[in-house]
Amino acid sequence: MKHLEEYRDAAGARRYAAALAGAVTRPWTIMEVCGGQTHSIIKFGVDELLPKPVTLVHGPGCPVCVTPIELIDKAVAIASMPGVVFCSFGDMLRVPGTKGDLFSARAAGGDVRIVYSPMDAVKLARENPSRQVVFFAVGFETTAPANALAVHEARRSGLGNFSVLVSHVLVPPAMAAVLSSPANRVQAFLAAGHVCTVMGLAEYEPLAAKYRVPIVVTGFEPLDILQGILMCVRQLEAGRAVVENQYSRSVRREGNEPARGLIARVFKVVPRKWRGIGEIPASGFALREPYEGFDAERRFGVAGHSVDESGACISGAILQGLKKPPECPAFGVQCTPEHPWGATMVSSEGACAAYYSYRRTEKGASHEAN
Amino acid sequence: MKPTEPTRRKRPAAGAAPASPPAAAPACPVPVSEYPNILMAHGGGGRLMHRLLDKVFLPAFSNPALEARHDGALLDVGEARLAFTTDSYVVKPLFFPGGDIGKLAVHGTVNDLAMCGARPLYLSAGFILEEGLPVADLARVVESMRQAAGEAGVLLVTGDTKVVDRGKADGLFVNTAGIGLVERGRVIGPSRVQADDAILLNGDIGRHGMAIMAVREGLSFESLIESDTAALGGIVMSLLDAGVEVHCLRDLTRGGLATTLVEIAEARRLGIEIVERAIPVREDVSGACEILGFDPLYVANEGRFVAFVARRDAGRALEVLRSHPLGRDACEIGRVSGDERALVALRSKIGARRLVDMLSGEQLPRIC
Repeated sequence: MKHLEEYRDAAGARRYAAALAGAVTRPWTIMEVCGGQTHSIIKFGVDELLPKPVTLVHGPGCPVCVTPIELIDKAVAIASMPGVVFCSFGDMLRVPGTKGDLFSARAAGGDVRIVYSPMDAVKLARENPSRQVVFFAVGFETTAPANALAVHEARRSGLGNFSVLVSHVLVPPAMAAVLSSPANRVQAFLAAGHVCTVMGLAEYEPLAAKYRVPIVVTGFEPLDILQGILMCVRQLEAGRAVVENQYSRSVRREGNEPARGLIARVFKVVPRKWRGIGEIPASGFALREPYEGFDAERRFGVAGHSVDESGACISGAILQGLKKPPECPAFGVQCTPEHPWGATMVSSEGACAAYYSYRRTEKGASHEAN
Repeated sequence: MKPTEPTRRKRPAAGAAPASPPAAAPACPVPVSEYPNILMAHGGGGRLMHRLLDKVFLPAFSNPALEARHDGALLDVGEARLAFTTDSYVVKPLFFPGGDIGKLAVHGTVNDLAMCGARPLYLSAGFILEEGLPVADLARVVESMRQAAGEAGVLLVTGDTKVVDRGKADGLFVNTAGIGLVERGRVIGPSRVQADDAILLNGDIGRHGMAIMAVREGLSFESLIESDTAALGGIVMSLLDAGVEVHCLRDLTRGGLATTLVEIAEARRLGIEIVERAIPVREDVSGACEILGFDPLYVANEGRFVAFVARRDAGRALEVLRSHPLGRDACEIGRVSGDERALVALRSKIGARRLVDMLSGEQLPRIC
């Protein structure tokens, strides 16, 4: 892909690294919000090119990581029911609940299928009128329009055998939660480029003003990230704190208005529990009243189930940028992708999995900290 | 979802098992490595499959030929040294751009023999047919096998057929086994890998896996991606016949280039360094991988292999490879380092260094 290769260029990366080295005069801590950015940073080694005073910490923007354990349990329970076809994006299948993951549900006889779009699940429902087709509607604002469209389409066409298990979360409330924490050390954000492609910039401006933090909407390729960091550092050094858009090839100020309209029509904002972090007010989506009949929790009677998470896994602190994976005593020793203690070790976008895959210096022993 | 690749790969790497699980793991109560049932990931070519081999198969059948953990077993019979191997093919769909299950079954077994440094000679074929399979489909597969065997210079000398109830197989499963002859004194395998060996690759990676993925999942990309399936016996023999000092050969099947390199590094207890920019990936394959969130380093191939050759022979080996139709784009992708931690390191496109690891199971399409 030529249009991607130009954002993965070694000479360009060196130029940004030199500009950063010239711009920085004191230590700054910057959080990349999105798990896709975390993955890219670790995979390409972006952080190795940064001048010492600039520290990156990894944010809560990994949808797989923050989906609460009880939602996984509900998914497994529904997927195990006879007559159900349970559809999900691929990377949710490996996330463990209290009694196993969706792969195990499939191995035990459940009809669990990977789809690439919620509309694939709508199509499956049309083709299998005698089965109940359930889609696991997970993700941030990025996946919300397509999920809203699927539910809207199901209602419009009277598709009675389709429903969604909703676990949608929102980025700005999570950023506010990070900034409000007494232990917070984040001084600037790389905001998630694809979330802003949908939602636009407006909801970040109050955050930048209230907490006095620069917020740079940033893409996912190494050069995007380096440029976003440079824009953050220039603001920090100049004492400015505004919203800027590095990812202008995708993000417009107003976002994608038809997509936002569809989201507002189908979803309402509700409090949501985040795995490892706990409940954050007004931080997620649930179906609005006209669409409630398509809520799988209601249809299959799994609402209300709650699970206490163990305190031994520090994924909550990692998702809030308070700790890095190598600071966890279990990292790479007891906790590995084959034997994960938390979802940050499972998801390909999880910070622990990224460090495990790309940063170990010895199998299951010591690790390079950043 | 079925694994992205046809299910074949059997060699585990020595010392692959990480630390044993703690007595009481706190957060995720079901350790993935201790599933009571077989998951698709157990066939994915990653850590879970290696664990299965280490815990179930190897203890049961322990013997020196098996424990060499090669692509095939090397057996001394009278004066002759034989290579012997077997593979099962469960690819869906049966026909895909660039090949079909029959071609794959011949190529895969021929390639396993070739990777032992053997001249492939004889194959067996076992067919498990599902009730209802069109006879015309079977005939197409068999004709394809006949052609592939002819091109690879092997004879299909024995076989078996079974039929199972409708719903008990995906139309057709094929098992092949093969025998090849190894020249006296020729030893090829991870044990011979040395520090500073050049690592050569015979062409671009990721085509087979993405071709299957595109057809099976109904994904249409900008151009038709065809499998790279090919019999590698000829190109390997040309390398050996040219007198190149070849230390180790591996075809890059399930788990892709990354898994293969990790296996060799762990088996030999030496480090490997590769350069991302040096690894050819076709633009359409790389685009398809981007869309799905896949890393081409882990995508299956059926006509690609790496050769570890003595540094002084690297230039000549590349000339030999490039003069063969299956090696026109051959290149050096890295070298063996003296690092005894047995890690595979990659110089990324932006010039930073990172680790390359084996996956736990198969790659999964990501959310966004």
